[in-house]
Amino acid sequence: MFKKLSQKVQVGVLAICSLATSITVILIIIFLFSEGISFLGMKPTEEGYVLAVNTKNNLNSISPELCKKVFDQEVDNWSQLGEKDMPIELVNSDQIATLYSEEAIGSEMEYLDTCYNDYVSKHVGVFAVMPKNYVTSKFKGRVVEVQENSIASFVRGREWFPTAKPIAQFGILPLLMGTLIVSLGAILIALPLGLACAIYMSEIAKKRRRKIMKPLVELLAGIPSVVYGFFGLIVIVPLIQTLFHLDVGETALAGSIILGIMALPTIITISEDALRNVPNAMREASLAMGATKWQTIYKVVIPYASSGITTATVLGIGRAIGETMAVLMVTGNAANVTLNYLKPVRTIPATIAAELGEAPSGGIHFKALFALGCILFLITMSINLYVNFVSKRRGVK
Amino acid sequence: MKAITKQKIVFSILKVMSFMVIAILFLIIGFIFIKGIGVINWGFISKMPEEGMLKGGILPAIVGTLCLIGGSMLFAFPIGVCSGIYINEFLKDGPLKRFMRLMTDNLAGIPSIVFGLFGMALFVNKLKFGDSILAGSLTLGILALPVIIRTTEEALRSVDDLHRQASYALGASKLYTIKKVVLPIALPNIITGLILAIGRVSGETAPILFTVAAYFLPKLPHSLFEQAMALPYHLYVLATSGTDIEKAKPMAFGTALILITIVLICNLLANLIRAKFKKK
Repeated sequence: MFKKLSQKVQVGVLAICSLATSITVILIIIFLFSEGISFLGMKPTEEGYVLAVNTKNNLNSISPELCKKVFDQEVDNWSQLGEKDMPIELVNSDQIATLYSEEAIGSEMEYLDTCYNDYVSKHVGVFAVMPKNYVTSKFKGRVVEVQENSIASFVRGREWFPTAKPIAQFGILPLLMGTLIVSLGAILIALPLGLACAIYMSEIAKKRRRKIMKPLVELLAGIPSVVYGFFGLIVIVPLIQTLFHLDVGETALAGSIILGIMALPTIITISEDALRNVPNAMREASLAMGATKWQTIYKVVIPYASSGITTATVLGIGRAIGETMAVLMVTGNAANVTLNYLKPVRTIPATIAAELGEAPSGGIHFKALFALGCILFLITMSINLYVNFVSKRRGVK
Repeated sequence: MKAITKQKIVFSILKVMSFMVIAILFLIIGFIFIKGIGVINWGFISKMPEEGMLKGGILPAIVGTLCLIGGSMLFAFPIGVCSGIYINEFLKDGPLKRFMRLMTDNLAGIPSIVFGLFGMALFVNKLKFGDSILAGSLTLGILALPVIIRTTEEALRSVDDLHRQASYALGASKLYTIKKVVLPIALPNIITGLILAIGRVSGETAPILFTVAAYFLPKLPHSLFEQAMALPYHLYVLATSGTDIEKAKPMAFGTALILITIVLICNLLANLIRAKFKKK
């Protein structure tokens, strides 16, 4: 009786342990998305500040991106914001302080609010950044709402400037582009090399040589990413700098090369498995028809293993997209929207790693980084599900 | 061109390309070995860092990494092995088993920086462990779970069913059979998983960035709730953000060499165990 109970308990413990991965995945989803989703709906304005215009102005709300352009004076006329044709007059506390006399402002700036009020009510073209508590019932201007973060502004925004004041910029387009071009470059480097190696190991090399090569390829997967990054920083980056006569060698190309090397083991192991799973009867039939070994590989073995090779490629890309440390160290981390491989870029994982330490916990920047994590999670999750789906379908055949 | 000549050309190209892959490996390891070996001496691995990490040793980083390895394995190894046993021995083939495997695969595919985010949100902030060895160990343990589960499953699968049936025929229960017959046979391969997981955990940087790693902390940790230095993060700091990056290079090479040596030993050990028990 007691024995049976203890057995049941033991099996129960095993069962609970087996739930560990599922629970973890669910917890990751909950924590990542609860922070990430609350980023949407927040306003990227600096805490405690508002934007105000003259009451004759019809502007009700403005997107963060346009707002930044106004502050950078790329947009300097109201007609560009769909209003009447007049220049935009940008003012903040510093400018107000220079526009009014010391007596008007007060020795401790205690009348700054009256000055703001006065200035905003008198100038039609004004665009003011002012502390929120200055907006009282006496205020004669109108507050302009900054549009909330939305999926559209997040995905389409072309600028990533999370600490910009007074309006932070959270556009992931440059990060997404950076991640994609670095990963694409990596796969262009890794695929030919990896495939060649896989074909050689599975079809051409003698058994003994294969036995030596396989653990070496596994070792390539074992080297920590920070060591790859260090190697890239010391060897690849200066090499690129001198080779292309650049000011800085930290470029997308450097990232692609390092990531390409890091993706090699994934591509080699999985495509080699796929090639070795091709039934020998296929090879023998082809050879019996008088085809050479290469013709057999090219026309029979590779097409047969093609779905496995696709899986290898997709997983290789997945590995490259999620890689953090090595990329952080060699790509220069400038958020550019570019297709130029000789320019610094910044990827999504590198952004999280570089900025999370400085983002105050619970703030909008912090949440934006979690939103980036969500995107990364969704990308890698869909890659995994796709691979699982493909391999299952292959299994059924 | 004759087909056979073409084949010869293509084969030699493939051969050269394969050797290039192996050459890259030797280039990286060799480069770090040659540059780093001069730095390594007893003082380097037994002293505290001095003079803005430009002199002295890396003892706290080594100890920190050992703590993280110990902590993460203490947590992940038992859970991983139990999970592997349950999935392989108790679950019947079907949707539930497929789902469990899918979840394990998914967890394995999540980028390491996402583990860092998760560890920070759950262990550091929610459970209020703060930046601590405990939080770092748990984060790394989760990351290592799929490796251990997969190798355990594989190890159990490679045990011949005859052993199980023989045990059942003698009247042993399922649990008894697993404990006394299946596990002892599978043990070497399960240990392989443990070693590979240690290799993986010792090199990970992104998950520890925000859960445990200290930039500079010249003392040894005394409790689970303290921050600690760690080898991979120390290498990152030396290579990118030290006080004097040029002067810190020898230290960085030394750290990289120690890190690579740990990984090499883990891989070698795993391969040796695998090779030894395959022959029997």
